[in-house]
Amino acid sequence: MCSLALFPPPLPSGQTTLCESNNELLRCAVLLEQMSCSYIYQLMSFYINSPLSCAVVVPKWLSVSSGCTLALLRWFSSFHGSLFPHLTVTIHLIIRCFDMLAEFSQVLNWSDCVVRAFAWHPHTDKFAVALLDDSIKIYNPKSATTPTLKHRLQRSVAAVQWKPLCATALAVACQNCLLVWHVDPCSLSTRPSSGCAQVLSHPGHSPITSIAWSPSGSLLVSASPMDTAMMVWDVASESGVPLQRVGGGGVTFLSWSPDGSHVLASTPSALFRVWETRMWTCERWPCVKGRCQSGCWSPDGSRLLFTVQGETVIYALTFTDTPGSQAAAVVADLSETTFNTPDGDIIVGGEIQSLAWDPTGERLAVLLKGDPQAADRPAIIAVFKTRTNPIFELLPCGFVQGEPGTEPRLMQFHPNFQHGALLTVCWSSGRITHMPFYFLSAGVPHFGLSGSPSLPRPQERPADFAKQSLFTELMS
Amino acid sequence: MLSAEQSCWFVRKVIFWRAVASIAWAVLLLPPITAVFVIISRFSLLHPIQAVSECLSFLTSASAIFSFILLCGVIIMVGFLNLEYYTVIPTIACSKIALLGQLLHPRQFVNSLGHCIMGIIVAWCCAITVGGRYETIADPCAQGDGSPQMCLNEYHLILLLAGAFVGFSHSLLGVIYNMNYVSFHTVQQYKYLRFKGSLSLVLKCSATQALYSVRNYIVVYFFLGYIPKAWICKTLNLHLNSSVHPLDSIAGLLDLSLLYHLWISASFLLFTWHLTLLLFRVFVTEVYSFPVQSSFTEDAHQCLPTVLTDKQPMILKFLALLDLALLSQHSPSRRSEVFSLSQPGGHPHNWNAISKECLSLLADLTQRLIAYHDTVATNGRAKSLSTGSERKTSSESSVTSGTEDLMSPRPTLLMKTPASVFARSIVGCPQSPLTAPFTPDLDSPFASPALRRLTAPMDQCSPWFGTVQSPHIMRRVPKLWSTSTDSQVNGSPLASPASVPSPKQEPSKPSLLAQFLQNRKEQLPEASSQALFADSQAHIWALEGLSYLVQSSFSEDQFGVVQTALPSILSCMLGLQEAVDRHFKLPHASSKPVRSASSMGDSTHKTLRFALRATLKTSIYRITTTFGNHLNAVKMSAEHRKRLQQFLEYKE
Repeated sequence: MCSLALFPPPLPSGQTTLCESNNELLRCAVLLEQMSCSYIYQLMSFYINSPLSCAVVVPKWLSVSSGCTLALLRWFSSFHGSLFPHLTVTIHLIIRCFDMLAEFSQVLNWSDCVVRAFAWHPHTDKFAVALLDDSIKIYNPKSATTPTLKHRLQRSVAAVQWKPLCATALAVACQNCLLVWHVDPCSLSTRPSSGCAQVLSHPGHSPITSIAWSPSGSLLVSASPMDTAMMVWDVASESGVPLQRVGGGGVTFLSWSPDGSHVLASTPSALFRVWETRMWTCERWPCVKGRCQSGCWSPDGSRLLFTVQGETVIYALTFTDTPGSQAAAVVADLSETTFNTPDGDIIVGGEIQSLAWDPTGERLAVLLKGDPQAADRPAIIAVFKTRTNPIFELLPCGFVQGEPGTEPRLMQFHPNFQHGALLTVCWSSGRITHMPFYFLSAGVPHFGLSGSPSLPRPQERPADFAKQSLFTELMS
Repeated sequence: MLSAEQSCWFVRKVIFWRAVASIAWAVLLLPPITAVFVIISRFSLLHPIQAVSECLSFLTSASAIFSFILLCGVIIMVGFLNLEYYTVIPTIACSKIALLGQLLHPRQFVNSLGHCIMGIIVAWCCAITVGGRYETIADPCAQGDGSPQMCLNEYHLILLLAGAFVGFSHSLLGVIYNMNYVSFHTVQQYKYLRFKGSLSLVLKCSATQALYSVRNYIVVYFFLGYIPKAWICKTLNLHLNSSVHPLDSIAGLLDLSLLYHLWISASFLLFTWHLTLLLFRVFVTEVYSFPVQSSFTEDAHQCLPTVLTDKQPMILKFLALLDLALLSQHSPSRRSEVFSLSQPGGHPHNWNAISKECLSLLADLTQRLIAYHDTVATNGRAKSLSTGSERKTSSESSVTSGTEDLMSPRPTLLMKTPASVFARSIVGCPQSPLTAPFTPDLDSPFASPALRRLTAPMDQCSPWFGTVQSPHIMRRVPKLWSTSTDSQVNGSPLASPASVPSPKQEPSKPSLLAQFLQNRKEQLPEASSQALFADSQAHIWALEGLSYLVQSSFSEDQFGVVQTALPSILSCMLGLQEAVDRHFKLPHASSKPVRSASSMGDSTHKTLRFALRATLKTSIYRITTTFGNHLNAVKMSAEHRKRLQQFLEYKE
């Protein structure tokens, strides 16, 4: 079992992680934008500048004002609670919605985070970023325009996700409803009208904290901690089927396995379910300590890694065709470990905020919560190498650190990075960085075209495919 | 008339037994529902314990058991009507006239009458159950001279009539909201879970619908209540009790307890019926797994490739397509059977049959869309609707005629476009080209003689059937009466699209009534778009099945059987994509239907075109992401290549 003690120590202050190459994490002491893009694949050469500017401006007044409003509401409710009990309920609901979103979001400190949600498109190099002011921007390196999506119902965005096998549709989990935007990639408009958005809502199904598209692009599931039912939407016909089971009280986090066969649904209590998507039946998995905080699937959908609130370990569950009682195995221990650095001792470890597994199944990124009050316990991303043969195990790779004074809030792997894995991290400063991990895949069976594992150099890949033609005989 | 269907093994062996099982469950659920109804109708807050004991003693009484047997009979009857009237392709009335025609159709009349009678029976049982003043139709009363005689108990009568009214309105609403339409869910669930999930919705629907029905009933009774009252009195030789208020007065109807009992009885009636309908839907739409191939030749007609090509019954085709979509998605072992070669000979018969059928379905839809678009574009009727200024002139239509009607006969069996609710009644003759969705129902009393004449070619017994007519003659009928392409009869490739009017009638102008009807015709612009896609669930499954099979063929197809069909699959999908894109540019095509929140009628058909568009795109993307640049080696036209390139670059 892997533990943090095996990791190389964190970087000294002022240095940032750049990328992984030749099996080690490279670092540099200069700021990222001054780096030449020599190693960096041209995709990563665009850093987002516009959200940065708004990032500096927006949180100042918005977070302060929203904090004040919340405090005012709380005070008001405590003061007037006895006089107007019906008012209290609504005010409590408002506060609870907001707290709930912050509590169950995969983003660390969601409420004051500049980037509230982030999503790579599953097939192309474009991504959507939801900002603190509830607008969503779409960045595409091949297009000069960055559309900004705004809608009057688009409030408190907790998650965004692009529809697979589609170029246009983006699902947005909002406070009261689910929006599905249709953004034409060829359109030159920078402000798509709200007519481009489908609104999906179901009574009692709010706030929505998590959404997941089926990998085949046909269905969308959404979850709300206030609703015991999980909704399965047929987006085109705007009809939803509630799937309800006794126990748990709400659904907080959803994750659809990449092969489409299972859906992880965690509840606010110490219980999570794994749905099988053919007939929509579920297995119950009670946890001992707390609720399931985060989870991720291996690329072939056979293995689930998850973390439990209040524990500092990563569990693994294996799904095989033969049903039977099994228990989750601990695969990594992330309890607090002290590292000696030139700047003093740093304590790394503790509770886990979120997990991300790259699409090749070789790198696992773990966002550790840290302690915002203590300077020597920063939030940090620990990256593991994963190996499935002969047995499944996690090996240490290293820590990913940003500029001094910033902490990682949200991370996601690029869905189809050709040369290994590409981790995108959203920092507390509002900066979004892309961190490549260059490696050769060790022969994990891949989906789609990336089926040949042993290519000499990633750069020669397209040429190889051009030479070999699949079609030996053409129809006349 | 049902001979064609009864001969089908599937209806006999599967659908029938599924219906029987659903009815059996409905009957089994009846005792608890009745018990709840008894408790709710008799409960009183002031004497709860006494009320409960009264309920218990009533439930074991002979009259309760008798009325329960009657209710069982009603449920069985309702289940039978469900089986008789269900359809998997909704009937969409394109105009108000067509809707009226549907409502006045003789078959519908029988249905309404049946529901009225069953409503009266249920209401009688309710009257027995509620007891008290509702129990009997005649009460002894004392007239002014003190002599005892039998008087009419109006409370009993009002309850019975309410049952008839609710039954009747249920049957009418069934036509308007397409309640006989059985839709398939995208999310597959086990029967019990599906039933449980919809139960609360059914309860809510029944209660609200009962509320509206009772409201309407009270209004009707207030104005017309004296007619049945007098009639009953006359027939049964009863007297009116002058000492009590008549109920068809404001004071009489403002009796809260009466209203409550009316509402609760109507809710009970509708709930049991809706529950039967729900169970029927759940059972009949259950997935049926067809074998892909069989080692015994006598079972060959039950295998998926054969079943897919069957035209009738539609439910069989739909379930086969659903099974195809599921197997292509979920089961590698069955997929391998699809990709396998026949043992002597080495031909991919399974794949050929499946792909051919799916492609012909899609090609049919493409043709239908193109024809519709041409009709709308050329004679401008869709425009005249919105602007109201342009009127089609005959010269215009004659100029623009000819092309779509002369469309070359399509080589394969085409699925018929949805005809009417009553499609099953005209299925009888397998030769008959079925009415296009936009043709008014010929059997309806609203079809004028002129109308009948114009659409007369539907009658395949006409001596002119099958003879080649001049395009000039053939042109008119589809122009006037159908906005879609017509269905093609199998095996008669020379027959031009359905309508071949007899030349004698050619010079005769449509009558005034027909013209009036034509003007009223397209009042519901969105409906014609809905009708065009009414059977699109089949196309959606065909698309899914094909695209998943092609996707998995990348790694699973050992003999390369799919490769050979790839160019035709791609060009078919891209052609359909083009047609769908064009269709959605028409006015009203992309407007979203209003969602009806609580009604038992299924509104899935209203959004089928959106679902089809999304599935089509996803299917093309599924193929392009799997094959990537290999598709450049596939031969196709330049235009399709351009479109495919858009998909490869994720720009669609």
